[in-house]
Amino acid sequence: MFDLTGKNALVTGASGGIGAAVATALHAAGAAVTLSGTREAPLQELAARLGSRAHVVTANLGDAAAVEALPKQAAAAMGSVDILVNNAGITRDNLFMRMSDEEWAQVLEVNLTSSFRLARGVLRGMMKARWGRIVSITSVVGQTGNPGQGNYAAAKAGLVGMSKSLAYEVASRGITVNCVAPGFIETAMTDALNDEQKSRILGQIPAGRMGRPEEIAAAVLYLSSTEAAYVTGATLHVNGGMAMV
Amino acid sequence: MSDIADRVKKIVVEHLGVEEEKVTETASFIDDLGADSLDTVELVMAFEEEFGIEIPDDAAETIQTFGDAVKFIQQATA
Repeated sequence: MFDLTGKNALVTGASGGIGAAVATALHAAGAAVTLSGTREAPLQELAARLGSRAHVVTANLGDAAAVEALPKQAAAAMGSVDILVNNAGITRDNLFMRMSDEEWAQVLEVNLTSSFRLARGVLRGMMKARWGRIVSITSVVGQTGNPGQGNYAAAKAGLVGMSKSLAYEVASRGITVNCVAPGFIETAMTDALNDEQKSRILGQIPAGRMGRPEEIAAAVLYLSSTEAAYVTGATLHVNGGMAMV
Repeated sequence: MSDIADRVKKIVVEHLGVEEEKVTETASFIDDLGADSLDTVELVMAFEEEFGIEIPDDAAETIQTFGDAVKFIQQATA
């Protein structure tokens, strides 16, 4: 099941916990992968670990020109981009009253606008191939909100609306557009939380534990597969039951 | 009919699955040939590739009929 042999995937934020797990899962299913991120060393390490069919293209998703170039670079490395995983994300948390325009703009730029530009950039090839998968990693907080994350929650909710609209437009061309919404996952982003924050969060998770990056990757793998051809405009929540939406 | 017109017609016939006779000078892609808005985007992409030209969005909007397409491409490749 879920054989991606011959498919080519671009994964942003591949140096992070979830991104690396997603790239690893797609690669294990037979896909070629282009690993993108800002830090080259961890990307190269991951590529070396994966072996063949792994390429590295560094890109700062806050830089519009770099974002425009990324799909072309990935297609040049692999031959095409059949699967796009918009995973890269940053946080600039602050109380709403204290949030600066810059904190707002940076998070929207990297988490939402770059996903729009990347999706636009890969569509032509997918339309011609009559096959494509776009999966954006959103977040449970896009649905529930979270104090201190007005910018992040707005960007993540924005991904859902963007994906649904695009899903309408390209469904007849064999292209699906979906989101995966992780809850609290063990990554560098959640390592930054203190113990009190963590125990408060765990109290809200029926599963009683944080999720693992591999559990997000499995959801992305499914939505990237041929078997998921009839799933589009959907958000798959992977959160241990903390928000049953 | 020029060579350009023949090539454009071939793309339109293949892409929209219409009969060749229907692709006349004044045939509108949307009103007469059953294209939806995404089909028109794909046609423009196909023209760009076939003729090695760039068709900017504002120009693409003026290409409503088969004749419009042929005329635009003739000028762009002249």
